[in-house]
Parts: sequence; structure tokens; C-alpha cells
Amino acid sequence: MQIPLSLQFINLLAALLLLIAFAMLTQRRILSLINLFALQGFVLALSTFVVAYSASQHHLYYSAGLTLLLKVLLLPWLLHRLIRKLNVRWDVETMINIPTTMLVGIALVIFSFNLAAPISQLSEGITRGLIGIALASVLLSLLMMLTRRKAVSQVVAFLSLENGLFFAATSATQGMPLVVELGIALDVLVATFIFGIFFFQIRETFDSLDITHMEKLKDD
Amino acid sequence: MIDSQLLALLLIPLSGGLLLAVFGSRSWAAELNSLMSFGTFVASVILTMRIIDSGPQVAFGEEFFIDQFNVFLVALTAFVAFTTSLFSRPYMRIEQHHGKLSVGMLHLYYSMYQMFTFAMLVALTTNNMGIVWVAMEAATLTTVLLVSLYRTPASLEAAWKYFILCGVGIALALFGTILLYFAAERLLGEGGTALLWTHLNQVKSGLEPTVLKLAFVFLLVGYGTKVGLVPLHSWLPDAHAEGPTPVSAVLSGLLLNVALCAVMRSKVLVDGSLGTHFAGNLMMGFGLLSVVVASVSLFRQKDIKRMFAYSSIEHMGLITFAFGMGGPVATFAGLLHMTVHSLTKSAIFFAVGHAVQKTGTQVMENIRGLLQVSPTVGWGLALGTFAILGMPPFGVFSSEFLIITTAMHEYPWTTPILLIALGIAFAAIFGKIQPVVFGETTAKRLPHSPALIPVFAHLLLVLMLGLYMPPYLANWYRQAAALLG
Repeated sequence: MQIPLSLQFINLLAALLLLIAFAMLTQRRILSLINLFALQGFVLALSTFVVAYSASQHHLYYSAGLTLLLKVLLLPWLLHRLIRKLNVRWDVETMINIPTTMLVGIALVIFSFNLAAPISQLSEGITRGLIGIALASVLLSLLMMLTRRKAVSQVVAFLSLENGLFFAATSATQGMPLVVELGIALDVLVATFIFGIFFFQIRETFDSLDITHMEKLKDD
Repeated sequence: MIDSQLLALLLIPLSGGLLLAVFGSRSWAAELNSLMSFGTFVASVILTMRIIDSGPQVAFGEEFFIDQFNVFLVALTAFVAFTTSLFSRPYMRIEQHHGKLSVGMLHLYYSMYQMFTFAMLVALTTNNMGIVWVAMEAATLTTVLLVSLYRTPASLEAAWKYFILCGVGIALALFGTILLYFAAERLLGEGGTALLWTHLNQVKSGLEPTVLKLAFVFLLVGYGTKVGLVPLHSWLPDAHAEGPTPVSAVLSGLLLNVALCAVMRSKVLVDGSLGTHFAGNLMMGFGLLSVVVASVSLFRQKDIKRMFAYSSIEHMGLITFAFGMGGPVATFAGLLHMTVHSLTKSAIFFAVGHAVQKTGTQVMENIRGLLQVSPTVGWGLALGTFAILGMPPFGVFSSEFLIITTAMHEYPWTTPILLIALGIAFAAIFGKIQPVVFGETTAKRLPHSPALIPVFAHLLLVLMLGLYMPPYLANWYRQAAALLG
């Protein structure tokens, strides 16, 4: 059976998305991490655009535009500005056990493909087999949040988690209703601003953006 | 008609938030905050009477949906938000007097308080499962800066944990929502209507069971994080202990309920699709686990606000368990318990807030003999504690009694677990609060007179619900329970 060109292209982009998720998982430099996040946003916007074109879903063009604006331009710009102001631009994070993290990541991918298999079988649309990849990149971002110790990289992980969710929305369902997407985009934007405020408050209080300082609250 | 009533309910807190964003640092900001909350409460009463008279309604081209279940939470939310605003007026002034808060911080607080009410009311009344998510996230965003209002290291840590953990939780809920949409789209077609709850409810028996099962797991874990269900509860005690007390009161009394409402809406759909007790079993499991873990943790607490935060986890677990059992009696009991828990817990937090101000510490060992210095705060705390521990004749007793007798009937093996957990909670809380109220005192006088009317108003209502349930109210709860199945 001939697979249509657009579907092949979307599959390629999905694979790229997963690859970027792995790259982010192991990237230690904060600056490169933000650039990877911007790249992920770009791939996401491109795949949304292709879905919009091949399924002729007009509202997805708006989503693609919104993604491009928000996740490729605005959020990375904000993050760049923040790390410049906070003077953590060249920070390198010490991470233990990158190989183990990678192996856990691979296990997560296998797990999510298994979990998504029965759902993928139900699908008849052009892009629905991709829900496993979307779930995998969501779980990889969660893993990244767990392994990071710097506030900025945790936030990048949070934002990339949202990218994975957005990919799930476009690949599995050809886009949520526009009003919901707008609401989600607004929430993400506000969240980023609040994270920015937090960075300054945390730095002012702890003299560092290391969240290992913030493990004092216990039950006794 | 319904449109304008709903519009009033949503526009009053929204405009309150905007007004206070401008005028929040004026000396009358606290009064404006209370006035706006009162307006919201009046609007909610009008809406409630309308819904009870004429049944479920959709508004604004089906974008909003109000039935007996969510209007009950709307009324409760608006009422507790109003009384909390009354409490926060003197409370925040005393904090300012003690030099803990600046005018700028109060400005933020008043504005965000109204926006938080707005976000919760949207989450409750919207018909769109996607907007439920957006509003729940907005409710987190409005409160996260309030938790860190004091800017102490501990409060920053609590707020960061709250933000990250709830962010992750709510992201999982979004994935669940996407899966729900995926299943619905096949029946309802693409576009706006496939996420509308009323439409989903009509076609629920045709929704694909495998997808819905997975979707519900994600929705339960996601929104369950906000309900404070174990194991994703660790943000809750921190946020409650480190944030200002009015914020603890509304988080505990209201936000947890709103998150549970979202879970219940999903449960109705999943039950219809699967035809089994899958969702109920999951909820019972998580609920039971939360009750047990929370009551065991109560013993270790030294901070008074942390202890009552754990008590909230325990009670939310109990409500989740009751809703999980299902059936008219258990659901009725769950709704009643939601009401009495909100009222009692916020009353306790009001009393605790003033007690902490009088002694300058949240460590229970250093708070002693409240009755000597201020009998009203002392009695408020003592009676509130009796009520929350399920002593008759307070309403918590009736709802817990109903839940446990139903459990005895339907799932006998859960009864000993529940009874032991409640017993442990009783011993822990009573043992710690008794010397706080009685004995030699360590408290001082306050620069402003404390607001105790809300405390006793709430406790009186809880007492009334324990002694006599008006037929009007009972009928309303029964209708709501019937909707939830």
C-alpha cells in the first residue's frame, strides 16, 4: 500500500520530535537546552501545518501559527532574556548517570507504545498511529523534570511537556476546538511569566537557582 | 434569562479582579473585596434557586451547563469565598501591622483572590471539558503567587512545589482530555461540540471503552493531584502551611472540591461507556489510600496548619471513596460531606489564623491556653475540631455515619480500615489540639479585633446540617446525587 507523502512527512517529524526529546533529556548546557526547545517548537509547528494541509483542517493553520509565534519565538526569547538577566547563560548542570537516564527513557518509550497500541488500532485518520510517540515525549519530559536540579531546566522540561501534549492533540485528534487551544496557550504564557517572577524571587532568597536548596519542608 | 444570571455570577468576580488590580493598594480594598464576594454570593443564590426550580439548563449556546450538582458547588464556593473575604479583612490588616505584608503584596492578594474565585466558577459551570482544564490551570496560576506571598524561603519552596506538581498533574489531565476528545470525535464529529459534556453524556454508551478507560486513569491522576489524593498529595500540606491563612482556607475548602467535580464529570461518562464499576473502584482505591496515609501522617505533625492540611487530605479521600462507591445514599453522603467539610475546615483555618497571630508561631507546642486570652478564638477552634473529628451533633457526623454504614453494606472489608483510620485521626488531632485550647496561655492581644463571625456562622450551619436537614436542601442533594449515579 502506498503511504501518502504527507503522512510520511508527519512520521518523519514525529521521529524528530522524539529525538529532540531525548537530546533535551541529556543536554547539560542551559543555553543549548533552550535552543533545543525552540527547535522542538518548530518541528511541532511544521507537523501541525502538514496535518492542517493534508486533512484540510483550516483551524489547524491558526494552531500552527500560534505554535510558531508562542513556542518558537516568544517563549524562547523570554527564556533567553531571563537567563541573560539572571546570569546563568553559560551554566552547565552536573547530572549523574546519563546512560541510566537514557535507558529509563527507552523503557518509557516502549511502555507508551504498548499503552497506545490498542488506541492506534482504532484510528482511521491519517495521523493517528502517532499517539504513542506523543505519549512517549510527554513521559520523557516528565522524566526530565525529575532528573533536573536547576529551576530553569525544570521549567524548560515543563514547557516541552506541553509540546508533547500539543502534539498528541494534533496527531490523535486533528486539533482540539480552537477556544480550548487558545485557553491552553494563554495558560502556558501566563505560567512562563510566573516562572520568570519565581526565578528572581528564588535567586533573591537562596542566592542560586538550584532547587536542591528547596528541600527543607518536611513533616517534622 | 439564565444567560444573564450566569453572566452576573461570572462577571462580578472578574470585574472585581480587574478593579482590585487597579485599586488594590487603596485603604478600602479589603471592603471592596468583600463587597465583590458578596455580590458573587447573591448572584449564586439567584442562580441556584432558578436551577432547583426548573432543572438543568445550558447557557450561551451550550458553552455553559448548570445542573443541581454543579450549582450546589457554585453556591458553596461563593458562600465560603464571601465569608473568607470577611475573615481576611482584619486578618490581613493584622499581618500588615505585624510587618509581614506590604501594601504591594496586599494589592496582589486582593486582585488574585477575585480572579481565583472567577477561575473556580468558570471551571464549575463550563460545559466544555477542555475549558474545565483551562480554568483549573488558571486557578492554580492565580494562587501560586499567593502561596509565596510572604517571600520566606519556606513559602517559596512550597509555591514552587505546588506549581510544578500541580503543573505535572494537570498536564496528565490534559492528556486524558485529549483521549476523551479522540473517542468523542468519532461519534460527534470534529469541531466544537465533541468536548461539550452534555453532548458526551448523550452518546456516552457509544464511546470507545478502551480509550475511555485510559482517559479516565489520566483524568483521575491529573485532577486527583489537585484534589490532594495520595500519592500526589505532597504539595498540599506545604502550600497550606506556608501560604496566608485565607488562602489555606479557600484552597482547602474550595479548590479541592472543584477538582473533584471535574473527576465526577468524567466518571459519569466513563461509567456510561464501560457499564462496569471500573471508575468507581479506582476512586475507592485512591480514596481509601488517602484516608489511611493522611491519618497516619497526622501524628507526626508539629505545625498546626500542616496538621489540618493533612486532615483535608483525609476528608477528600473519604469523599472520593463515597463517590467511588456510588449509589444514591453514598453519593448523597459524599455531597453532604463536601459541604460540611468545606464549612468546617475553613472555619478551623479562620480560628487557627488568629491563634497563630496571637502567639506568633505555627508550632503547636508553643501555642497554649487560647481560652484564657480569647475565649472566642479558643472555642471556635475547639468546636471546629470537634466538628471535623465527626462528633455528633455536627453535620460531619451524619455524613461520615452515612458513608460508613453504606460501606458496611456494600463493601464490608473497607469498614474496619475506615474506622481505624478515623480513630487514629481522632486521637492525633484531639491530643494535639486539647492543650492548644486549654491550659496556661502564651497568647497576646491583637492590634485589630479578629473576625470571628464567619467561624461561628460556619459552625452553626454545620451544626444545623447535623441536627436537621431542611427538606428543600435534602431534595436538592437527592437530585444532584441522582445525576451522578
